[in-house]
This record gives sequence, structure tokens and C-alpha cells, in this order.
Amino acid sequence: MLDFNTITTAIDQYLHSIMPAQAAIVTECILVALCAVLAYVAFAIVMIFMERKVCAAFQCRLGPMRVGPWGLLQVFADVFKMLIKEIISIDRSDKVLYNLAPYLVVMSSVLTFSCLPFADGLQVLDFNIGVFFIMAASSFGVLGILLAGWSSNNKYSMIGAVRSGAQMISYELSIGLCILVIVVLSGTMQISELVEAQRDGWFIFKGHIPAFIAFIIYLIAGNAETNRAPFDLPEAESELTAGFHTEYSGMHFGFFYVAEFMNLFIVAGIASTLFFGGWAPLHIAGFDMFNDIMNYIPGSIWFLGKTFFVIWLLMWVRWTFPRMRIDQVVSLEWKYLLPIGLVNLLIMTICVVMGWTF
Amino acid sequence: MSPEFIELEILRPRMEELHRNGMDFLRDIIGMDWGEEGLGAIYALENSSTHENIQIAVRCTDREKPQIPSVCDLWSVAEFYEREVYDFFGIVFTGHPDMRRLYLRNDWIGYPLRKDYDESEAINPIRMESEVPEDLQRQSEIEEDAARELFVKQTNKIFGDQYIINIGPQHPATHGVLRFRLALDGEEIRKIDVHCGYIHRGIEKLSEKLTYPQILAFTDRLDYLSAHQNRHALCMCIEKAIGLDITDRTQYIRTIMDELQRIDSHLLFLSCAAMDLGAITTFIYGFRDREKILDIFEEVTGGRLIQNYNIIGGVQADITPDFANKVKEYCKYQKEKIKEYNDVFTYNTITRKRMIGVGKISREDAISYGCTGGTGRAAGWACDVRKRHPYALYDKVDFKEILYTNGDCYDRYLVRLDEIMESIHIIEQLIDNIPDGDYKVKTKPIIRIPEGRYSASVEGSRGEFGVFIESHGDKSPYRIKFRPMGLPLVAAMHKILKGAKVADLIAIGATLDYVIPDIDR
Repeated sequence: MLDFNTITTAIDQYLHSIMPAQAAIVTECILVALCAVLAYVAFAIVMIFMERKVCAAFQCRLGPMRVGPWGLLQVFADVFKMLIKEIISIDRSDKVLYNLAPYLVVMSSVLTFSCLPFADGLQVLDFNIGVFFIMAASSFGVLGILLAGWSSNNKYSMIGAVRSGAQMISYELSIGLCILVIVVLSGTMQISELVEAQRDGWFIFKGHIPAFIAFIIYLIAGNAETNRAPFDLPEAESELTAGFHTEYSGMHFGFFYVAEFMNLFIVAGIASTLFFGGWAPLHIAGFDMFNDIMNYIPGSIWFLGKTFFVIWLLMWVRWTFPRMRIDQVVSLEWKYLLPIGLVNLLIMTICVVMGWTF
Repeated sequence: MSPEFIELEILRPRMEELHRNGMDFLRDIIGMDWGEEGLGAIYALENSSTHENIQIAVRCTDREKPQIPSVCDLWSVAEFYEREVYDFFGIVFTGHPDMRRLYLRNDWIGYPLRKDYDESEAINPIRMESEVPEDLQRQSEIEEDAARELFVKQTNKIFGDQYIINIGPQHPATHGVLRFRLALDGEEIRKIDVHCGYIHRGIEKLSEKLTYPQILAFTDRLDYLSAHQNRHALCMCIEKAIGLDITDRTQYIRTIMDELQRIDSHLLFLSCAAMDLGAITTFIYGFRDREKILDIFEEVTGGRLIQNYNIIGGVQADITPDFANKVKEYCKYQKEKIKEYNDVFTYNTITRKRMIGVGKISREDAISYGCTGGTGRAAGWACDVRKRHPYALYDKVDFKEILYTNGDCYDRYLVRLDEIMESIHIIEQLIDNIPDGDYKVKTKPIIRIPEGRYSASVEGSRGEFGVFIESHGDKSPYRIKFRPMGLPLVAAMHKILKGAKVADLIAIGATLDYVIPDIDR
């Protein structure tokens, strides 16, 4: 299988050979950041196009068809439109926070994005508390949303932001518990090791019942984290027009929009890393022939395939369910998901202690 | 039916007596300007169990300061009806808790539906500044901060210092230009104030200068989702007044078209209710199927939304030869699709959680607020005009009146869904038996209605739609009044909304299913 470590090491050695060590590290940082942001944007465009086509398919429509073949250029046209639109400043808004908020949201999203293991060695951030870092980085996105709502000087935004705060802080707990279940199972928090441990079998198979329960809870909580239906109350367009980003225009709105899509990608990416083995191919113990064939498929294809499968699941939910009410959202978390998650963690611990895992 | 004129002094005791004797449904209050004889009001009442009708008229000779005792403690809906009469005639209803204008701006001068109203633009120019709400008072004590207006304290007569949020007139969930002001406590609604009139076109005033065939054009533009029924009501009223008998073929066409229109409206209701709750896929499904009805309309009438199909004495044009086949094909198609809505939306857990037990209205309140149509029937009030006072062919066809008992959002939704099936059932009984004959009766080029007062009502898509005409023998009416289907629903909002959350407002608004041009006329 293609190992990206060889490529990155080669680049690293080349840079070190032509410049001093510190300059080489700075150059590498810039290169990596550039690649991460470019990949972020590229995936955002793919996601937006996918969302439109998937939603159209659910609704017996064709989706965008006019710009380019099958509407392929539609998203580019939209991005271009967004870029040239004016960024309106609002009277009596808190200018600093108002302008800062979208960047906070995007920053948290990009940081989390760079933790995803796209293939063996193709990962920006990888250290011994990787999962913990993901939790931390993804949770300060809510700060951006709260600031956006607060600083817009708009009551709809304010209500949307407060809803968002209540919702995201609640569901963070469930996500944490689900991740903990996998950490208990694998005994590591480092993402590359997590994937490595799944080479002989994905965690959803290894951890059987508790892992499956964790996966379901993770999907629900992840959906809530991304503010998508049925949890899209922070921007419930029929109640609050657009919720926390009502007053944003141009690229500032674009940041929220892109971050929302990329959070979906990230949630799905983490799900595929934790439960479906990241870039690890499907291996069944004993079937060596089959395992060899699976090994020929590159890791990045495995990762993206799994991720887009989870995305498709989430889109399916998004385009089928109506929106919940804020009290229902909060009670679903605190009364059902959290207790189930805690019990599930206990079950997993017992399973691991007794050696009842595969 | 001619109204019973009573003295102003005995209005209250007479009304109280009528209310005690079971006249619990106030259909409408019609403001009148009889010129020399003074201003007045006609109360149309009905007994909700025996369906007995009565009209009470009262006159007030003082044109400067007309005053009539309010009846809004007897019938809750009178609160809005009386505000409308005050708005257009300047009659003050004594004892009314909230005598503000309902439609016009509060800086409007004069009362437009009075016969001596001066229409000149010098008096009421187009005002370019926005309206200051009557109830808002700015406190001047913090004068030194006046430069930073942010800190000027504002208090409110209606809301006090509650957190007020404005919804509308441009808002995705109000289905048009309706405006609410809500007082919120967190997510919970404490109080609601409805502002109407953003799309008021003064149709009743305009009609007083136009001939009867000309007035017909307005009715399609009231509730555009019951265009056929509205026009049916007006044609029926005029035909009744001039004693015109219409052919059987016309009756069949009118009944079928009314029911198609009802299905059209209920499909739109379903779509928009789903959309408001965030289920966008169901929205598209509903519109996909509604398109098929619009195609039939287009083929027969030439119009999709505004059809202008009924005329006095018949219909505009005969049905097309393959009309029957297309309608039958459609009915078959629609029956299958209902199952799809059920699968994706009706039985969805979230939908049920959002709608069951939310926005309850009791049968008594529904009657007191005059909430006819789906809202009334969901609360268990058998208020279908097609059953109460059958018109056209409704006494010849077999159909059930859909009744539910809880009066919550889910029941209101189910009533509409079941009514689609019931309408299909009615159409299927009629479509094969359309008799031959003329589709219209020849009328005189100029229609004059003999002196008198006439009224007719039909079951519109969302309640009882009534027409009242007072004629003085001219070719245009002295006064024409349409009973709106939506105004009672909006009037009941504050009752239904008690203790609801912001998100419930959307569910309630969607299932009440008002159409703004019908409220505003």
C-alpha cells in the first residue's frame, strides 16, 4: 500500500539539504498549512455539490444542471459570487467581535480538519492526545457562533446563538463519551495508533455491541454538533430567518456556510476513523486472498469512501426529518443519550476487562 | 334574510339573551354607513347546534362620536371584528379592551369606508417614515444619553418591559405579510400582538364603485387558495338576489372545481406545514402533486392560481373534452401519494412530538373565536357549511364531515389530510355524471340587484367564506362585505399560544393555515 511517509520524509530531507534547519521547519509549516487550507476548500466544494445532488435525488429533482455538465460548475459560480459580494457592517454591532466570529468558527473547523488521517502518513497533526485535541479544537467553534449572535445586535441572532450554545455544549458530552468508549477499547488516544489498531478489524466489529451503540449515539450527537436537521434550530430558517448568521453577508456568511459543511465532513471523518478503521482496509481474519486484494485499494480511497458513506447517512437524515424543538433537543441529550452513553461506557469497560472483545 | 333592527339601548340585553339561547357563533360584524340614518353594525349570528341564523342590526345616529356597546365578552372574535369596524367606520365600541386600528396605520386620518370619506391624497399622503407603534413610549429622563439612542429606555403600554421580538411582515413562517410582536421569556411566549393590513387593498371600498361583474375579479385575489369557492360564493349571492336559476351542468362543474381547489389548498397546507417544521422533502412532494391540479386548472380555465372561472349565471368556459379523464387519473394518482406523505411525515416521531398536544383549542373556544374550517373541525365543532347549509350539489353527494376532538396541531393537520380523501370521494361521485346542457345562463348586460340585503356563504378551503351585499337597486353594491376565513384564526392566536414556545408559534401558524390577503382583503 502507498505509504505517504516516504514522500513526506523525502520532502523533509530535501528542504533540510537546501536551507538551515529552522528555515526548513518554517517552510514546511507554511506548505502544510497551505495544503490543509486548500484541501479544506476543495472538500467544501465537493460537499456542497454532493449535498445539492443528494437532496435533489431525495426530492425527485435534478438539482443544479445548467452551469457546466450536470451542474458541476455551479458551486464554483456560487463561491465566486460569494467572494465578490459586499461584507455589510451592521449599525450598533460590536464591530470587533462581529468580524472575529466567522474566523473563529472556520479556525476551529480547520484545526479539527487537520487531525483527520487521510491515508497512512497523510495527516497534519498527530500526537499522543490526538482525540483529546479534536474535542478541544472542535468545541471552540461554538464560541464563534455565540459571539456572532451576541455581536450582531439582532434578536433572531441572539436566540439562535443561545440555542446553539445550549445544544452544542450538551451534545459535546455525548461525543466525548462515545470517543471514550473507543479509547477504552483501543487503549490509545493517538489517531495514527487508533487506525493502526484497526488493521486486523474495525472497532465497530471488535467492540461489537457497545461500539455499535456508541456509533449510533455518535451519529446523533455529531449531527447535532453540525447544526443540521433535525437539530438545525440555531438557524431554523422558518423561525429565526437564519439564526446566528442572519446579519452576515458575503464571505463572512460564506465562512459559516463552509464551516457547517466541513464540520459535517469532520464529524463523518472522525466517525470513520473511530469506528470504521480510517484508512485501514477491510480485513477479515483468515481470508488472506481477500485481504490482499483489499490492500491494493489505496488508504485515501478507503478513508474517503467511508467518510462519504457516513456523510450520506447524515444527509439522508437531514432531508427526511423535520426540525425538533429546543426543549426536545436538550431533553433527548440529557435524559436519553447521556445516560445510555454512560452505561455503554461501563459495558465497554467490562468487556475490555473481561476480554470479551474480538 | 333581512336583519332585525333594534335600538342601541337594548343591544346589550338582546345580545346577552341570544348568547344564552345558544347563538354562540358570531359569524361576522358588518360595519355600515347608512348616510343620514347614521352609522351602524350588523351582527350575523348562528346557533352552532341547530344552525339557525339571525342578523341583528343596530344604528347610531351620532356621526361625530358614534358609540356602540362591545360584545367581545360574549364572543371572543368580536374583539377583532370590532377593531375592524372601528378602523373603517370610526365606531367606538364601549367596553372594548383594546380599541386600536386593526389594518390602517395609527396616523391615518379619517375612516375610509364611510360614505363621506375624503380620498384626496393631501389628507393621507404616502408616508415615507415608518410607523411608530402607539404603545411605544420613549422615556425622556435619560436625556443626556439621547445622542446614543441605544440607551434611551423604551417602555411599552401593551408589553411592559418584556423582551419583545418582531416576527414579520417579511418572515418565512408567516406565509405572507402578517406581523406578530411577541413578548418572550426565554423561548416561551408570554404575549402576542397581531398587526394586520400590510396587504390591505380596500377591496370592499373599491367594490362600491364597480359593477357586479367587475367585482368578481376581486374574489380570486382574497384567499388565492380558495379562488373558486370565493367566486362561487359571490356568484351564488348575486344569482340568489336577481333570482337567476343556473343549469345542472354548471352546478356539477362548480362543485368539482371547488373540491379540486380544496385539494390544491390542502396540499399546499401540507407542504408548507412540513416546510415550517423543517421537513423540506415533504414540501417538494406536496408541490409536485399540487402541480397536477394546477395543470388541470390551466387547461380548463386558462389560469393556474387566479382562474376567474365562475361568472354570474355559470362559468366562463365549458370544460375541455378530456377533463373527466384527467381528473379521474389525478384522483387515482393522489390516493396513492397520500401514503407517501404519511410515511415520510405524518407518522414521523419528530412530527408527532412537534404537533401532538401543541396549540390546543377547545371546542367552546373554537366556536367563540369563530374558527371555522379545519381548525374548528379539529376541535370537534361540526362547522362545515357544506353540511350546515348545503349549496350547489353538496346535498346530493355522499361525504363525511371529518371531525377530530383534540384541537391540537396534529389534529388540524390530520383533518386536512383526510379532507383530501373526502374531496376525491366527492369528485369521483360527480365526474362521470356531468349532465349535458349549457354551462352558463345568459344574463342582462347590466346587472342590477333589487334593493335589499343578501348573503351567501360557502365552505372555503380554510373555513366559512361569506358574502354580504346591501343593494340600493344600483348596478353596484351599496356595501359589500366578505367574511374572512383567516381573521378569526389570527384572533384566536393569543389564546392558542398560551405557554407555547417560539418554535410552537411556527407549528401553530402553519396548521391554522391562514392566508393573509384573505385577512386583509
